[in-house]
Amino acid sequence: MVKITVDGKVLEVDESKNLLEEILSQGEDLPYFCWHPSMGSVGSCRQCAVIEYANDEDERGRLNMACMTAPREGARYSIEKAAKFRAQAIESIMINHPHDCPVCEEGGECHLQDMTVMSGHNYRRYDGKKKTHTNQYLGPFIGHEMNRCITCYRCVRFYKDYAGGTDFGPQASHDNTYFGRWQEGPLESEFSGNLAEVCPTGVFTDKPFSKHYVRKWDLQTAPSLCAGCSVGCNTNPGERYGTLRRVVNRFNDEVNGYFLCDRGRFGTGYVNSDERITVSMTRSAHDAAPHLASTDEARSQLQAMAANSIGIGSPRASLEANFALRELVGAENFYAGISTNELAMSRQILDIYRSRPVNIANIKDIEASDAVLILGEDVTNTAARLALALRQSVRNLGKKMARDMKFPEWQDAAIRQLTMDRKSPLYILSAHATRLDDIAARVKIGTAANSARLGFAIAHEIDSSAPAVNGLSADEKELVTTIASALKEASQPLIISGTGAMSQALIAAAANIATALNGADKKANLALVSAEANSMGLALLMESSDNSLDQAMASNAKAAIVLENDLYRRAPASSVDSFINGLDQLAVLDSLKTRTGEQANLVLAAGTFAETSGTFVNYEVRAQHYYSVFKPVDTIRSSAFWLSDKKLSELTQGCADSISGGAGIATLTPGEGFSVSGMKVPRQQHRYSGRTAMRANINVHEPKQEQDEEGILTYSMEGVSALKDATVFNTAWAGGWNSNQSVFKFQSHTGAALKQATKGHCLVENSVSEKTWSEVTDAEKVTGDFEVFPLYHLFGSEELTANTEAIKAKATSAYIAINEADASKLGLQASDGVSVEHNGAVPYIIRSSIAPGTVGIPVGLKGLNFRDLPAAISLQKATDWATPSEWHAANIIVSDKTSVNAENGGEA
Amino acid sequence: MATDKPLTKNIEIGRAPFNFKQYEAAGGYESVRKVVTMAPGDVVNLVKDAGLGGRGGAGFNTGLKWSFVPAPDGGPRYLVINGDEMEPGTFKDRLLIEHDPHLLIEGMITTCFALQAQTGYIFLRGEYTVCEERLLSAISEAYENGMLGRNILGSGFDLDIYLHTSAGRYICGEETALINALEGKRANPRAKPPFPQVSGLWGRPTVVNNVETICNIPGIVANGVEWYQGLGLGDFVGTRMSGVSGRVKNPGCWEVPVGITFRQLLEDYAGGMQDGYELKAFLPGGGSTDFLMPEHLDLPMDPGAVQKAGSRLGTSLIMVLDDKTCPVGCIRNLIKFFAHESCGWCTPCRDGLPWTEHMLNKLEEGTGSMKDIEILQEMTTYMGPGNTFCALAPGAAEPLQSGLKYFRDEFEAHVKHGCSYNKH
Amino acid sequence: MNNLIASTAIKARQLTEEEIHEIEHEKTHYPYTQAVGLEALKIVQKYQGWVSDESLLAVSEYLDIAPDELEGVATFFNMIFRRPVGKNVILLCDSVACWMLGCDNLKEHISNTLGVDYGETTKDGLFTLIPVPCLGACDKAPVMMVGRETYTHLSTNKIDQIIAHIRDESPVELDN
Ligand SMILES: Cc1cc2nc3c(=O)[nH]c(=O)nc-3n(C[C@H](O)[C@H](O)[C@H](O)COP(=O)(O)O)c2cc1C
Ligand code: SF4
Ligand code: FES
Repeated sequence: MVKITVDGKVLEVDESKNLLEEILSQGEDLPYFCWHPSMGSVGSCRQCAVIEYANDEDERGRLNMACMTAPREGARYSIEKAAKFRAQAIESIMINHPHDCPVCEEGGECHLQDMTVMSGHNYRRYDGKKKTHTNQYLGPFIGHEMNRCITCYRCVRFYKDYAGGTDFGPQASHDNTYFGRWQEGPLESEFSGNLAEVCPTGVFTDKPFSKHYVRKWDLQTAPSLCAGCSVGCNTNPGERYGTLRRVVNRFNDEVNGYFLCDRGRFGTGYVNSDERITVSMTRSAHDAAPHLASTDEARSQLQAMAANSIGIGSPRASLEANFALRELVGAENFYAGISTNELAMSRQILDIYRSRPVNIANIKDIEASDAVLILGEDVTNTAARLALALRQSVRNLGKKMARDMKFPEWQDAAIRQLTMDRKSPLYILSAHATRLDDIAARVKIGTAANSARLGFAIAHEIDSSAPAVNGLSADEKELVTTIASALKEASQPLIISGTGAMSQALIAAAANIATALNGADKKANLALVSAEANSMGLALLMESSDNSLDQAMASNAKAAIVLENDLYRRAPASSVDSFINGLDQLAVLDSLKTRTGEQANLVLAAGTFAETSGTFVNYEVRAQHYYSVFKPVDTIRSSAFWLSDKKLSELTQGCADSISGGAGIATLTPGEGFSVSGMKVPRQQHRYSGRTAMRANINVHEPKQEQDEEGILTYSMEGVSALKDATVFNTAWAGGWNSNQSVFKFQSHTGAALKQATKGHCLVENSVSEKTWSEVTDAEKVTGDFEVFPLYHLFGSEELTANTEAIKAKATSAYIAINEADASKLGLQASDGVSVEHNGAVPYIIRSSIAPGTVGIPVGLKGLNFRDLPAAISLQKATDWATPSEWHAANIIVSDKTSVNAENGGEA
Repeated sequence: MATDKPLTKNIEIGRAPFNFKQYEAAGGYESVRKVVTMAPGDVVNLVKDAGLGGRGGAGFNTGLKWSFVPAPDGGPRYLVINGDEMEPGTFKDRLLIEHDPHLLIEGMITTCFALQAQTGYIFLRGEYTVCEERLLSAISEAYENGMLGRNILGSGFDLDIYLHTSAGRYICGEETALINALEGKRANPRAKPPFPQVSGLWGRPTVVNNVETICNIPGIVANGVEWYQGLGLGDFVGTRMSGVSGRVKNPGCWEVPVGITFRQLLEDYAGGMQDGYELKAFLPGGGSTDFLMPEHLDLPMDPGAVQKAGSRLGTSLIMVLDDKTCPVGCIRNLIKFFAHESCGWCTPCRDGLPWTEHMLNKLEEGTGSMKDIEILQEMTTYMGPGNTFCALAPGAAEPLQSGLKYFRDEFEAHVKHGCSYNKH
Repeated sequence: MNNLIASTAIKARQLTEEEIHEIEHEKTHYPYTQAVGLEALKIVQKYQGWVSDESLLAVSEYLDIAPDELEGVATFFNMIFRRPVGKNVILLCDSVACWMLGCDNLKEHISNTLGVDYGETTKDGLFTLIPVPCLGACDKAPVMMVGRETYTHLSTNKIDQIIAHIRDESPVELDN
């Protein structure tokens, strides 16, 4: 820390940071564009100018960019004295900027508007013609309006430098510089949506939001969570007129920082979809005609059947809803709603986190890792936000080089230049090429069983007390020693695996490696990706029994209550059919129509994440609370409401009490009694407009305010402002800072944790130091022509988000992926389809990375049920084949280029 | 006796440049034979002591610049020759390369030895097609004769030299932008620090020097500091390529002792103004220097002296503005160039220059206002040194600010009547 | 297999043997392929006259550099043509020394003679007129280049001669 003086004020600041972030961190205002806390400084926009004085005598000083200045002990700076220059800079930035604020989607939350006002530019003196550009079609997610561009280069610095995208960039030069694709077309990066937040003005906009646009201040918002995968990114969804309009990032330094993936940002349209169940229905038998059930009717019917019923929970329902179901039917009758293998994997993960000397990795840990091994998890498609963090981890070698050369860490361009293509090592063992191969030191293609074998061998190589593996080939031995020594040498090694490959052996191997790495002064980071938003929460509830879905279906139950779960996605259709046929009564609580729901005789309309509150437990076993954003129509209720008479807070407390180590669950919200000077937290901003008029076409009387069941937020404008109390942080706004950039006003230091709001609570406390090992499990021999492995798609594999229009546009129906040699063995021509044993015919794609004799089957895409398939199948050229209309080869973004080079070599 | 024209001694306009044999016969490559017997650090010190200033425009002591290169660490190090020469009014490097390509090669070998750099690149302006052909043949001759390649003259020193022709952008002349261009990237400049000597081409230690700067090295190494310093007049050291363009009788570029006055250059070398034209002002060293007036003609052509008079010696090629040419139009022409050549990275240059051009257009067309002149004046400080990312925009502001100073009345006259000079 | 997204209908053209040979030669000059990207664009332009989408994609595939990266570079530099040009590109210097000696009049003369403005190509595909910053021949102003040839001390008369000389060779049709 050093002491500096800024306009006479003495400040104590961190000299390893730049002056701009230090000034902002003190709560002062200083305008900027090109700088971003996650992306460092490049000094191009010249908006953050300050005067730096050489010494006490210096009266003139020199103009410097604060973002490119390292604070010096005792130095004197002035923000004020550079005001004229900043005004000139903004004036010239604005000469080409259109006067379209009234119709621009950024209006009202525009960093450019804020900075223009802050820099003191009001009247236009430039009287020439403005530059105009043509816009490009960039796909279903992102709109493009280049005329608004102020050439701050943030978009490319995010898209290319930070997120590793290659299909976007700067073109032309001088005041004609253009940001786009070389040919128009959908952006390929899984993180493209962040452009809408990263761009300081309205060049890149959230396209689905544009279709039902409202101003930021007209949205009703609450702190929420992304339900798209097990990462649990923090979000601020916004609602107006009963529809969910958009999702933006909510900063949490340990979970998602400033960024979301495109599934999370664009995947929530299902909340408004026609597939929603909006009323509860009942019928006397499967084949009888359904009729409407009132709330009371539906609820009492459910209660009535509960006594003799089993309950089937869900990894996509909240902890509270699962808990309520468990209470309703009794723990012994409560089943997890996932396959035996998946349940075993979730509990295996819990067990590892609790009993091994490892550090559960959050994204900050991942970003700080200097050697990484990914075991069989296609992170980009199953936990995308972590893939973005991994892209930062490989830069640690460069950062180290920079530290050795005494370059400050914020000197982004200089460090990239110094580093060139040198990276911290990242190794991938996978059944197919992945979207992270471009940053990988080595990629080894192999089945999950084989990757596990190598993983066990790596653990043994690091610590010989770990069980050994026999029969490695010379090549394998070389790979094993290379990876082992890179991990050993690293100061923060990271192992990533998860349930994606559906292999317990793989997870065990990952645990052994992380354990082996444990040393006197270091703990390895371990991240085990789980399947869904609340997979780990479900696992926590299942500890007293091992009731899987398979066991539920074998239980001979006559009645079942299914919570937010389409059983057909989790088990072979034939088993589900016979289970349901054997039931007298089936109740389904869900938000969307499903095949399971169609067969129920009681369907209860359940709210989505946006309409309900609850707790999800993410891959780190971090419990996080989400608050309902808006009240749906009266007939839709939360699953917890249908299942229990208790208040949500009582259910949450129940979870906290009954889950071992779960006490933290009860601390996630400030609780019912929360108020600041008697005020609650308003979901609506103080500029929320039309409150008295928005329903005037129905009734001129203002409706009674909706009541919030949790008693923390209100469905109104009245309440405590976030600037006063941000314990429940639902929108970033500060005086003069209408855009998301205002978040620094709530952080303890720019880019660091929020001062108030909770980061969630990790339910595993681990202080184990003793090493224990998983035994090496021999791979089961599978018989059949093609060994099956799962493929995941960010767009399409997840059940709920797949019902969103924008996601559908990026998704595809099922297909199979095979190696070129296998395709020619099967005699396949380009337009042929493939018949899958016991299943229909689907299109195929060739992926050079896939090992001969293996076949990749996508999970969750329409047209082929992964769960229907045995471990190995036979394939045949389809006769009578027509390509399904929902098949879009172009939507399958793979990166098999690297897999053909020798270093990454495929395996026979 | 050592020559007093080390840069041009082999040059005879109209005859083909010396080939390797001829060049060697005229005493060429002597510095290479000498340098391989020296300690690299001593060569650096020698050049530092000689007091040679960079000829690319900024005039920084060349040996001092070299001394910032860190000690060898086994990795690659580079010498890059800046032969981009796109500064308006500048045509000295072209002359040197076209007429004596081996001098540059010799200078590079000697310099690379001093820096212990094993690779040299010549970044040559793409439009210099004759230079390109002559350099290529000189390089291959040098390889054939053992001056390039492995184990040069049995010294154990290896060196490769490659020619890179630019795809055209003035900003490529800025040394860090040049490095980006050489790497195949968009030629935006890089932030300094880190300086290229520490982290330049591909992140490695790199020295960028102007063609003429390096052409000085063979003489200095072969003949020593005293000889070199004796070349200048009085206290001034060395010779430098200087020239004149515009309406003079005999435009051209000559090697002159440092320290002669502008008047000497203009009258003794360039033959004075063409008949019927009078000297109104001149740009002393390229388009990005401040105008000087006739009363400055007796200043010595030395960076320090010119700076005192409020301008820069720059590339030392002066452009004369005659009394029949509109100063506003002249400045407009320059600003148009700079606006077009702005790389688009930083705001004052990218957006300030086109606005400036717009106002100058208005003045020329007779639609300008006093307000525009006021804003033009503001622009000169807005785009001034330190305010932009590189020196392009501050350079562009120089002729404008001095133009506003010396020709204010003409600017104001343009408000009422537009341009009253004959169109060119 | 390449990225399946290949959303564009544009197909890479086959690079010629000479092009490949020269690209391979350039590769020996630089430790990183990115540097060769810009070189390859120049090589392609040397043979094809300009860099078409098909050529850009060909270079992209040959060197494994993203087309967006190449486009960013191609559009940055003045002398990479992303639109077809005539057989002879006239680069007329319009910088200050030439301006003082009358290049504006020469521009008008060329435009009138050939019927083209800056950036345009004659109907017969023979000439494209482009302004160029200072050609470094200010002592011989006004100047221009046609192809690789520099012409100095220009006058309207001299320009007529140069054009006539070039015209005498048989005209060639442009590819589009
Ligand atoms: C916009 C701009 C253009 C420049 N153009 C050239 C150039 O064409 N040739 C050159 O030698 N230096 C040029 N320079 C100066 C170089 O950045 C650098 O200072 C020089 O090459 C260093 O060589 P020297 O030390 O031998 O003078 C330019 C600088 C700027 C800011
Ligand atoms: S001053 Fe700025 S925009 Fe202009 S050339 Fe330099 S970096 Fe580029
Ligand atoms: S934020 Fe400092 S120059 Fe852009």
